[in-house]
Amino acid sequence: MKFKRYLLALLCCGFIGYSQEYIPKNDGVSNSDHSYKAFTNARIIVSPGKIIEKGTLLIKDGVIIDAGTTVSIPENTLVTDLNGKSIYPSFIDLYTSFGMEEVKPVQGGGRSGTPQYDASREGYYWNDHILSDQKAIEHYSYDKGQAKQLVNAGFGIVNTHMNDGIMRGTSMLVALNSDGTDNERIISKSAAEHLSFSRSRTTRQSYPGSLMGAMALIRQVYFDAQWYADGGSKDKDLALEAVIANKSLPKIFEAGGKLNDLRADKIGDEFKLNYILKGGGDEFERIDEIVASNASYIIPVNFPDAYEVTDPYMAQLVSLEDMRMWNQAPENPAVLASHGVPFTLTTADLKKIADFKSNVQKAISYGLDEQKALEALTTTPAQLLGIADMAGSLKKGAWANFLITSGDIFDNSTTLFENWVQGKKYMISDMNAVDIRGTYDLKVGGTTYTLSITGEPGKPKSEIKQNDNKIASKLDYDGGWVNLFYTPESKGDTEFVRLTAPVTDASAFSGQGTLTDGATVNWSASQTAGPEEKSKKDSNTKPEVLPVTYPNKAFGVSNLPESQDVLFKNATVWTSEEDGILEGTDVLVKNGKIAAIGKNLSAGGAVIIDATGKHLTPGIIDEHSHIATAAVNEGGHNSSAEVTIEDVVDSEDSNIYRNLSGGVTTIQILHGSANPIGGRSALIKLKWGEDPEDLLVKDRPKFIKFALGENVKQSNWGAAETIRFPQTRMGVEQLFIDYFQRAKEYDAEWKAYNGLSKRQKEKATKPRVDIELQTLAEILNKERFISCHSYVQSEINMLMKVADQFNFNINTFTHILEGYKVADKMKEHGVGGSTFSDWWAYKYEVNDAIPYNAAIMHNAGITVAINSDDAEMSRRLNQEAGKTVKYGGVSEVEAMKMVTINPAKLLHIDDRTGSIKVGKDADLVLWSDNPLSIYAIADKTMIEGKVYYDYEQMQAMTKSISEERNKLINMMISAKNKGMKTQAPKGNEEPEFHCDTEIYQK
Amino acid sequence: MKIFKHTLKVCLALFSIALNAQQTPAPIQSESILITGATAHIGNGEIIENSAIGFADGKINFVGTAGSADKSAYSKVIAAEGKHVYPGFIALNTTLGLVEIDAVKATDDIDEVGAIIPNVRSLIAYNAESKVVETMRPNGVLMAQVAPRGSLITGTSSIVQLDAWNWEDAAIKTDDGIHMNWPSLYRRGRAWRGEDPGIKKNDEYESQIQKVKDFFAAAATYIKGDQSPRNLAYEAVQGLFDGTQKLYINAAQEKQLIDAMNFAKTIDGLKIVFIGGDGAVPVASQLRDNGIPVIVSRPHRIPSLEDMNVKEPYKLAGELVKEGVTVSIDVSGSMERMSTRNLPFYAGTFATYGMDKERALQMITLDAAKILGIDDFAGSLATGKDATLFICEGDALDMRSNQIPQAFIQGRDLSLETHQTTLWKRYSNKYAGQK
Repeated sequence: MKFKRYLLALLCCGFIGYSQEYIPKNDGVSNSDHSYKAFTNARIIVSPGKIIEKGTLLIKDGVIIDAGTTVSIPENTLVTDLNGKSIYPSFIDLYTSFGMEEVKPVQGGGRSGTPQYDASREGYYWNDHILSDQKAIEHYSYDKGQAKQLVNAGFGIVNTHMNDGIMRGTSMLVALNSDGTDNERIISKSAAEHLSFSRSRTTRQSYPGSLMGAMALIRQVYFDAQWYADGGSKDKDLALEAVIANKSLPKIFEAGGKLNDLRADKIGDEFKLNYILKGGGDEFERIDEIVASNASYIIPVNFPDAYEVTDPYMAQLVSLEDMRMWNQAPENPAVLASHGVPFTLTTADLKKIADFKSNVQKAISYGLDEQKALEALTTTPAQLLGIADMAGSLKKGAWANFLITSGDIFDNSTTLFENWVQGKKYMISDMNAVDIRGTYDLKVGGTTYTLSITGEPGKPKSEIKQNDNKIASKLDYDGGWVNLFYTPESKGDTEFVRLTAPVTDASAFSGQGTLTDGATVNWSASQTAGPEEKSKKDSNTKPEVLPVTYPNKAFGVSNLPESQDVLFKNATVWTSEEDGILEGTDVLVKNGKIAAIGKNLSAGGAVIIDATGKHLTPGIIDEHSHIATAAVNEGGHNSSAEVTIEDVVDSEDSNIYRNLSGGVTTIQILHGSANPIGGRSALIKLKWGEDPEDLLVKDRPKFIKFALGENVKQSNWGAAETIRFPQTRMGVEQLFIDYFQRAKEYDAEWKAYNGLSKRQKEKATKPRVDIELQTLAEILNKERFISCHSYVQSEINMLMKVADQFNFNINTFTHILEGYKVADKMKEHGVGGSTFSDWWAYKYEVNDAIPYNAAIMHNAGITVAINSDDAEMSRRLNQEAGKTVKYGGVSEVEAMKMVTINPAKLLHIDDRTGSIKVGKDADLVLWSDNPLSIYAIADKTMIEGKVYYDYEQMQAMTKSISEERNKLINMMISAKNKGMKTQAPKGNEEPEFHCDTEIYQK
Repeated sequence: MKIFKHTLKVCLALFSIALNAQQTPAPIQSESILITGATAHIGNGEIIENSAIGFADGKINFVGTAGSADKSAYSKVIAAEGKHVYPGFIALNTTLGLVEIDAVKATDDIDEVGAIIPNVRSLIAYNAESKVVETMRPNGVLMAQVAPRGSLITGTSSIVQLDAWNWEDAAIKTDDGIHMNWPSLYRRGRAWRGEDPGIKKNDEYESQIQKVKDFFAAAATYIKGDQSPRNLAYEAVQGLFDGTQKLYINAAQEKQLIDAMNFAKTIDGLKIVFIGGDGAVPVASQLRDNGIPVIVSRPHRIPSLEDMNVKEPYKLAGELVKEGVTVSIDVSGSMERMSTRNLPFYAGTFATYGMDKERALQMITLDAAKILGIDDFAGSLATGKDATLFICEGDALDMRSNQIPQAFIQGRDLSLETHQTTLWKRYSNKYAGQK
């Protein structure tokens, strides 16, 4: 890989400066010019931290010949004395779509149009969103307007790509040399391979319909590319060929935010690829995980504007999370830098490229080290794309891509005069123009005024005072000429004196003018004081940045809870074991485990919690949840066993905390019910504040969601959704049989291959890896359990028969609203039931759903759980369990088991949680009252000995949240008063997921 | 354990009547009945221990202690020692009987075309034989206001009792109120137009309010005239001007509430009731002083803002009651019809987070009746009122003990059987037979 980059560098170098020599010329004589140019008396920043004072930069044919204090200047050199000005390497932006043709979104689609399941293209991968064969060069045309904006912002080279699709193909490197030709400007036609989680806008193909689907698809493409490369395919696939061809290129992945950064990095790790991650600006919120990713980042500087908060009813919409983001986001680059994360800065995501400089300055004022900022724009991007020998510094042999500035590049008062690209000058501000800023005595005819000229040297502003009274004036300064208008006192605002003069020296200039009556007048200005030295740090005092919490929003914690040994004294203990309910009992928690249960236990060193009059239960377990995930359904195919919710766990969902407030400690995040074979589950504990990986239950059993009935046959999806198989319950059975049969054959093929000796393997063709079939084979091999969304008795019965046919058992029927009709068959099959307490009548197939379902199934000897499928209901599953007492007369002890040990059994984690038993995880809830009662309040919720929720603490936090909001609102008002931009307030709508929620969430 | 035994008894009792149980409306009560020994929850905040509640001809004729009752005056005495008697619960702003199965459009009669359609009447679409409606009774919900849904002025509600042959039979107050949604302060970004999908300001808020004002001004003018040609929409709101109807305004935000109150003041004699009321606490004293009740959103919902106390929806009723506002509970929301039977538990939740249990009970009995203007004949255990009440094994606001062996509407002894209990028994019997 290194070798290839080196090769690229060599190739590029070879053509520098000579690219035009062989092109015929018919509009004149050749006019070759291979003279030298030297810039003397300059402060040369060769590379960040390597500075030559009073040095000379010598260039020729677009390349740097030398830089130093003792550079010998040949005769044929055009010398420019820079008089102490600075020279910097120009910037490189790795993430642009410069010069790319516009992506034309496909028309139609949505729920009204007929869905498209197959790919539009033939000869390529089966999925239109895999555009790995796309080449930026084929969509490129040099854009001088855009180039000017980038050049003005200090950029010399950009990497540009087609910003569309999941695999986006190759990018190209272009020098922003507008006076040159593409022969000179195109540095590399395939610089990097680009990827993202976003669907292509050019196709309506429905898969993938989710973030987790996109992740699964990327993995499958990599497996298929390997298989293709190994000669596994008889057919042609130009997209896979492109993946193979691009294998050694640097890979840039548009992730777009902290959790997606980690998700992309995870895929990279699996396939031993070091993605360069295009971040989202919120990386500081999970900086430890970002550091641990060991990835390089491309970071945008589109810091949010303050919210307009003058209308209190609108202001209340803005969440603390969004307010904090305004306050903290400018610190993101500084936090990355101080944690040693390699990153580059990009103009991407900015509304205007012109805002780039001020935003980088903002990042610096929030603590970003200036040298790090320069690295992020020069050496780091050059290294990442393997062009460090040619760009990003002013070393010998590199392109003459450099900036001439009046001073420190990131300083507020510094002017960027010239941006040289490939040895060609692009003037931004005339460095030879006289700086006329200062205070003058202005004499016009017989009248003397005081004139002060302020502002930027290239765009000065005037202020004229007559007898200490300010009068209206306007100043233009262009091409070395001053034009000044003003209205003398007593002349209203419709009559002007007009003055003009050439300036060669700021200390004095004079010329002619026209008075209000049209008479000609002589005038002069003589400087009495030079420009005011603006204190450099003037606007650079670091604003107050509020501390980050985990997650960085309301109820987030500054510090994760500590494990503590605790003794619950004198509680009513609901063991969910054979002991039932133990009155006046102590429970000792040590090292995160339940250490002892009994009367009058000694605390030892443990903290004592007086639980007199209170009830202690095992943590509640929700077998069917859709909180804490960024996606629920991958409905783009009728089977999506390849996707997993584990990929998209969202540790930042407020519903985690809200669930804790209802005593929930463990949940199964299930895929939705958009298709018969859904995706794999994530089994998590609600450790509020931890990152997604740490939420996952350790050594967890594997689960997958299946579904039956109206949702999978798309009964309520609108009139257009009639082409996907299956549309009937008859088809659902056939689909299962087909997939399991294929999985069986797949498994057999692999088992046969794996059974071969090493030598035999060399001769044999390695089977193709198919993530979907692999997952289904796990079911056949009893390594993965099914939790199946189910309603009516016919289909419940059917799935058990299909399982029998393939010699495995269904683990859980979830929802299982007509379970009571086939309880005997379920018992015989050995399947558990996880149901709602009292929901029904929301669709036709729940017409016979009854609240006695749990009781009947329980009485039939089935392991029964009560689940939520709902972020609201899950906060009071204890009460939902209480309803089984009302409906069907389940005993209170058994009712409590339906939300503790029973779901633990169904999830195969009853060896560690779900009951109060010595040796199990201390997942406990302390209640104010009988936990099945409407009057019970969860006082404390503990997971593995750590208290993640405390009722009183929650109330205190509510108060501090409101104080912090108030503080931020005041900060935003003062920002507005200082003239900073504001944005209209907006509220984030928290998505509420159910089984049938189908939206594409990134 | 005690509860368990009770449960068992109830189950047995239910089984024993299973054979003759029908979902048929109960016949007129021919007996005079005295319920003795129970704890009577009057509905006005008071309790009578060891009570006697008597009724005849559909009306309550005795409320007192067991000792003071004349048993001989009654043809039937129900001994209810250890049990509780409650006035029938009243659910407000329901859509009971307007939709049978959510996903089946053919069963959906909830939302008519048009922005201002006060003339649309819920009562005539009310399905008295709905399988959802019959599941209310076993939980103590015996009366309901049925209201249409829609956009601006959505139609006319009526109040029904929940054991009837048809809608005429069911109506206990016809066309009691006009319902409207106060324009929203916010709107969602239209993603399909390339807007950020977040929630933002509704720029049409003022113009939408003006539309409402214009309608009422025009209606008032019409009513004063010869009313020819007829205008059904104007005619439909006549009761708002003569005080025979109330205007039910769905509004959550404080600003909406203030704007709506100011609007109401411009119409002489207009009686308004708020539904929702998330932002009502800061304006509680105004609501109290102007006698404007609030039917607060049910507690079983997620806080409307991420930064809110996670228990915020549970606290709303208590905070308003503390300020002296008349409060009841709105059952609307997701899964609203099937969950309307959880009304007692909504009240129980409000009791847990900020008020006395009897006070919470009052919200779904006497105060609900007062808001609806039916407290002269319903809403509490008081002589002269309808004998619409039930016996409960324990605390009816708690699912642990909401076990109802017997319930009466206007004295009629209700069947507490439902489609659901029928299935329960059918399959329990099936498995009992297998053993």
